[in-house]
Amino acid sequence: MSELETKALSVGYENSPLIQDISLQVKAGKIVVLIGPNGAGKSTILKTVAGNLSPVGGVVYLNQIPSDEISAKERAKEISVMMTQRTNTEYATCFDVVSVGRYPFTGITGKLSQADIDAVKEAMEMVRAEKLRDRDFMKISDGQKQRVLLARALAQNPGVMVLDEPTGFLDIGYKLEFLELLRKLAKEKQIGILISMHELELAKVLADTVVCVSAEGRIDRIGAPEEVFSNDYLEFLFSVPKGMLKKVYPYL
Amino acid sequence: MKNRYFAVYALLVIAFLVLLVINLLAGSVDISIGKLWQILYTQDRVSVDGKIIWEIRMPRIIASIFLGGALALSGYLLQKFFSNPIAGPFVLGISSGAKLVVAILMVAASRVGFGIHSYMMVLAAFCGSLVATAVVLVAAKRVRNMSILIVCGVMIGYIGSAITELIVTFAADSNIVNLHNWSLGSFSGISWGNVYCFVPIVVLAGGFSFFLAKGIEAYSYGEDYARSLGMRVNGFRLVLIMTSSALSATVTAFAGPISFVGIAVPHVIHLLAKTQKPKVILPATFLGGATFCLLADVLARCLFAPTELSISTVTAVFGAPVVISMLLKRRMTNV
Repeated sequence: MSELETKALSVGYENSPLIQDISLQVKAGKIVVLIGPNGAGKSTILKTVAGNLSPVGGVVYLNQIPSDEISAKERAKEISVMMTQRTNTEYATCFDVVSVGRYPFTGITGKLSQADIDAVKEAMEMVRAEKLRDRDFMKISDGQKQRVLLARALAQNPGVMVLDEPTGFLDIGYKLEFLELLRKLAKEKQIGILISMHELELAKVLADTVVCVSAEGRIDRIGAPEEVFSNDYLEFLFSVPKGMLKKVYPYL
Repeated sequence: MKNRYFAVYALLVIAFLVLLVINLLAGSVDISIGKLWQILYTQDRVSVDGKIIWEIRMPRIIASIFLGGALALSGYLLQKFFSNPIAGPFVLGISSGAKLVVAILMVAASRVGFGIHSYMMVLAAFCGSLVATAVVLVAAKRVRNMSILIVCGVMIGYIGSAITELIVTFAADSNIVNLHNWSLGSFSGISWGNVYCFVPIVVLAGGFSFFLAKGIEAYSYGEDYARSLGMRVNGFRLVLIMTSSALSATVTAFAGPISFVGIAVPHVIHLLAKTQKPKVILPATFLGGATFCLLADVLARCLFAPTELSISTVTAVFGAPVVISMLLKRRMTNV
C-alpha cells in the first residue's frame, strides 16, 4: 500500500516557482486527476512528483518518507511514469518496451529473471496487450501503443503511477478503453494514480479527486468531481465566456 | 528471434574467417595456402614470405580486427548518446579533432627531438577527441535538430583537417610522408609494438561497454524516462561519451581517421538482426566492424597493388551510400 503526498510543494524551473503551495494526496487505489488550462503547469507538477525535476520548495512524501531521503532506484520501485514524450525506438518489440520497466529490479547486466519475465507477461495481460508481444512497437496503432506504455509502467510494479495526458491523441473508443483500464488497475492492484487530462467529461467519471490548476499558477480548488464540475467554475478556470461551455458540453 | 540472432552471428563469423584467410594470402606478394600453413606451423619468421606474414600482415590484420571493431563500437555508443543513428566519430568531427592533436604531437616531437611512445599518441588522440566532442556538445545544446548537428560536426571535421594539413605542410620533410599517409587513414606500418598497446585498450573499453548495455537500452527510451527508472543519467552520459572517445581515439592514434565504419556497421547490424537489444547488437557491431575493415583493407592493398589506397577511400565507397539511404529514409518517414 503506497501513498503519495505533497506538502507546501513549489514546482518550476531553475528556482523560479511556477506553482506554489501544492498540497495533495494520492492514496492507494484512488485516482487523482489534474485539470487546468494549457501551460498552467500540470506537467511540471507531475515531473516534480515523479522525481524528474527537483522541487523548488516543499516536500514530496512517499509513504510518509520525504522523497529526497529515498534513492532514485528505490523511488523507481514505488512510482512509475507515463509521460507525453514519444517513444521512438527502432526495432523494439512490444515485449522489449514493456521489459524496460523491470530496470530497477534487474542486476548490472540487465538480464531478466523468470520473475521479471512473469511480471512483464502479467502487465501485458492486464492491459490486454499479450497478443502484441512480438510486434514492432513502431508499427502498432496509437491506442495499442498507449496500452503497451501503460503495461511498461505497470511492469515496474509501482504503488503509484503518474500519467501525463495519456489519452490526448486517442479516438473516443481508445480513450474509454484506456480509462477503464486505469480504473481496473486502481481497483484490483490498489495502485494510486495521479493523472493529468484535458477531457473534462472523462475526468468527471474517472476521478476520485479533481485538482484544478489555474492559469495564474496556483492550485485553485481540490475536491470530488461533483464539487468542482459546475459550469460557472469551469468557465472561470478555463477563461471561457459565460454560457459558452453549456452550449458545447451540455452534459458536463 | 533467437534463431535470427544465431544466423546473424554465424554469417558474421563465417565472413570474418574467410576474410581473415584472404588477408593473410593476398597482397603484393601472393602466398599459397600450403605455404601459409607451413609458415604458421613451423613458426617460420626468417624467410621472406615468413617475414611478410609474421611481421607485416599479422599486425596489420590484428589492427583491422581490433581497430575496426573499436570504431564500429565507438560509433554505436555515439549514436546512443545523441539518440541519432547518423552520429559517428568521423561525421561529428571527433576523429579529426584527435588527428589534429596527434599531428601536433608528432611534429613537435620531430622538432624538439623526443621519441613518442604509442601510449602518448593514444593520450593525445583522446584529448583531441574530447575537445572536438565538447565543441559538438555545445552545438548540440543550441540546436535540437539532428541534421544540423551533423552539419556542424562535418564542419568541425573540416576545420580539424585543415589545421592538420597546415601543420603537415610546415613539418620537417622526413615526417611528411609518414604523416600524410596516416592523416588519410591507413592500417599500414602497424608494428607488433603498436599491437601490444592498442589490443589491451580496445579489450578493456569494449568489454566495459558490455556493462553499459542495460543503461543504453533504458536511455534509448528518453532521458526523462530513464531517470524515472532510477538511472543516474548524467553520470551514464559521461561514461558513455568517455568510452566512445577512448575507442575512437585509439583508432585515430594508430590508423588515422577512418570514415563511415562507425555509422554503416551498426546500421547494417540493426537491419540484419532486427532488434535494438544492446546485448545482441554490441558484440555483433564489434565483429561487424572487424569484418568490414578486413574487407576494406584487403581491397585497399590489392585493388591497385602495388599502389595502396587509403582505407577511408574504400570504407567511404561502401559506407557513404548506406548513410545516404538512411538520410533519405528518415526524411520520408519524417522522424
